[in-house]
Amino acid sequence: MLRFLVRRLLQAIPTLFILSILVFAWLRSLPGGPAAALLGDKATPEKIANLNHVLGLDQPIFIQYFGFLGRAITGNFGNSLVSTQPVMGEIATFLPATIELGMSAMIIAVVLGIPAGYLSARFRGGPVDNVIIVLSLIGVAVPVFFLGYMMQDILAAPLGLPSQGRQAAGLDATAITNFAILDGIMTSEWDAVWDAIKHLILPAFALATIPLAVITRITRASVLDVLNEDFIRTANSKGLTQQVVRTRHVLRNGLLPVVTTIGLQTGALLGGAVLTERVFNFRGLGFLLAEGIERRDYPRLQALLLFGAVVYVLVNMLVDISYGIIDPRVRVR
Amino acid sequence: MQQLRLTRTRRVALIGLAGALAVSLSACAQSKRDEGAGGGTGGTMIFGAAGNPKMFDPAFNDEGETFRITRQIYDTLIQNKPGTADLEPSLAEKWESSNDGKTWTFTLKSGVKFSDGTPMDATAVCFNFDRWYNMKGAAAQSQMIYYGDVFEGFAKNEGDATGDPVYKSCEAKDPTTAVLNLNKAKGAFPAAFTLPSFAISSPAALKQYNADTVTQSGDSFTYSDYANKHPVGTGPFKFESWDQAKGEITLVRNDTSPSPAKLDKLIFKVIPDENARKQALKAGDINGYDYPSPADYGLLRNDGEQVLIRPSFNVLYLGINQANNPKLKDVKVRQALAYGINREQFVKSKLAEGSEVATEFVPKVISGYTDDVTKYPYDPEKAKQLLQQAGATDLTLKFYYPTEVSRPYMPNPADTFTAISEDLKKIGIKIEAHAEPWNGGYKDDVQKAGKQDLHLLGWTGDYNDAGNFVGTFFGREKKEFGFSNPQLFSALSAADASPAGDAHAKAYQEVNKQIMDYLPAVPIAYPTPAIVVGPKVKGLVASPLTDERFNTVTVS
Repeated sequence: MLRFLVRRLLQAIPTLFILSILVFAWLRSLPGGPAAALLGDKATPEKIANLNHVLGLDQPIFIQYFGFLGRAITGNFGNSLVSTQPVMGEIATFLPATIELGMSAMIIAVVLGIPAGYLSARFRGGPVDNVIIVLSLIGVAVPVFFLGYMMQDILAAPLGLPSQGRQAAGLDATAITNFAILDGIMTSEWDAVWDAIKHLILPAFALATIPLAVITRITRASVLDVLNEDFIRTANSKGLTQQVVRTRHVLRNGLLPVVTTIGLQTGALLGGAVLTERVFNFRGLGFLLAEGIERRDYPRLQALLLFGAVVYVLVNMLVDISYGIIDPRVRVR
Repeated sequence: MQQLRLTRTRRVALIGLAGALAVSLSACAQSKRDEGAGGGTGGTMIFGAAGNPKMFDPAFNDEGETFRITRQIYDTLIQNKPGTADLEPSLAEKWESSNDGKTWTFTLKSGVKFSDGTPMDATAVCFNFDRWYNMKGAAAQSQMIYYGDVFEGFAKNEGDATGDPVYKSCEAKDPTTAVLNLNKAKGAFPAAFTLPSFAISSPAALKQYNADTVTQSGDSFTYSDYANKHPVGTGPFKFESWDQAKGEITLVRNDTSPSPAKLDKLIFKVIPDENARKQALKAGDINGYDYPSPADYGLLRNDGEQVLIRPSFNVLYLGINQANNPKLKDVKVRQALAYGINREQFVKSKLAEGSEVATEFVPKVISGYTDDVTKYPYDPEKAKQLLQQAGATDLTLKFYYPTEVSRPYMPNPADTFTAISEDLKKIGIKIEAHAEPWNGGYKDDVQKAGKQDLHLLGWTGDYNDAGNFVGTFFGREKKEFGFSNPQLFSALSAADASPAGDAHAKAYQEVNKQIMDYLPAVPIAYPTPAIVVGPKVKGLVASPLTDERFNTVTVS
């Protein structure tokens, strides 16, 4: 297992190196550029050119890239052009919100998706199956931002849920870890905990829709596959109770592709979080990224996109490891 | 079976526990909120801002969201009278210039202290002027947009700063008399002294927190602790905190301010999405926000919110690029464009209430505006005749307009483009539409490359001086308009150098007449942006310069 881990880590280095080049080149190929976005309305072409000169953005791209790489290796990703704060500090500040939101969404997706998929497979062809299939299709098809706005306009007021932000304005909650719920529990500020949960509900459900639908579909397909396997027939003929056959044999074997999906969806959640966080003004990394793109904030975007890549690589490694735990055959190979 | 029953019991217990916890949590929340409501004397105002501030050192700032905050922390020597663009005393009780416009004497209010307890006197004022002039480093100077513009240069120009400095010296004659000596007269004064970039900081705090240290590493800047954590001025509020995670900037009342606030606390909550700001106001999370969409004014009012219309301080224009299309060099063709656009109809149907048709390139509240200019009322027949006389009946024009943007002078660029291009088609002009994202090269293409024949752009004024409008547009040869008119250029430069007062206003009135005859572009409208506050907010005065000060505000 250790060798496997080391090998995967070594593979990640060239991947990240190539990604850093792509991110760097892509950002610089965008029209506009940070100087224009920084200087705003009053920017004249001369001022933009001069600011580009001061920022070194008029130098050949490879010189800019190696400068960036040299600083990045030492952990210096520079300061955001929008907020003027160090981007690594920004990531540390905003990451907990994204983890909080992403985890909530994933919990919703898993807790609802696996049973739904299982039920759908078990009652295949029946009304329950049809309803679940239609709902999951809608879940995949409806864009997150549309769903978000719908939720804000239709659900927020009747349910008494806040439609935007992570905390009520002016609420003096103590920030220790920046995980709002955890901080509230640690300091026994129960009103802050409740406030944070309320702020999380709508965005978490909006963000959960796509992974929920995908997990439902995959679980359904996988359970159907397993149900047709010989060993299920064997288990049934051995006289095992349905409870045991379903949990030990069907679910356990059916979950393998679901775990892969959960892993991939966790990566994809970061993408969904950009829109969800923007719509709900939920101040996490997605919010930071959206603002960075609008303002062509190179330092922030470089750091965030590479950070996203690192997370993606790590999540994929975790998926591979969990494969080994669920299915020993993978470990042997 | 036994096991199953236990599990069920446990499940019921868990659900019960969760329910009890939720109830007690909401009870806690309720009780804490009740305490808060009855607490302070002046109350708290929470205002929804559209964007992050950059940082709080006014000298390095040039954008509205930061100014909204620094205006509450600092005072300038002169300020705009609330609700107008007229000047009134602030830190300076009186000001006067010498006849040649090269010396400005400020008589300061006595006994004023910064919020750190140090005196705000002539020495402090001169310290600030000297600080700006002597600022070192390309990074620092390239961020001092307004100082660079108005004072034209530094003791040692670095980076993008070039030119001969207007500033010469500042003398503190006595604690209440500061004398500013200039190398040349400047038409922007005294109005430019109201710019938030020229707010007066506490010299002690500037020194203590290394305010002048602005460094650049790679493609970004680093500012001092003064700019990020310890801004100190004489304004109605003191800086308390900037919570990045929550996007909240908290200010508290500054009791030593010459214009103290009624509120205890003023919180700016950053909510970039306009719809989200509206929702937050409706939900009572905030007490007001800026840049409501004109389409929402009615709905907001129906909900009991107060939509405060700002007097117009901007202009929307149709740019004409003579260099890109030789036919546009003929004034008759440019006049045909002006006569061919139904601006009355456009303003009525597409812009917010209070907006007016623009007759020249400065809004009405600016000194230098004159009604005595050539006007171009809607007359499509006349437009067609003019095109015929110019031999331009088969004209095809490349019309650029921005997307993914909403400016105070142009709430909806696509709508504006459609209305104007439909009018132009009616007089026989073929339109080639070019839409481009605002932050995706639009301004580069029209201002730097001059690729367009026609384009949409506008301007919001910085201070009450016509030069800030027409000088910026037509003061020299520019790719955006592609013409060279030495007579107009020198008239503008003479107007800019004319000393403040009647002569200055008159000079600009003459220039405005000249511009509307030459017609280098077509002024379209003076739109009026609004600001919205909840029904409990009293005392907020909407300013044409978005210079709203919250010291007069109460929240009941």
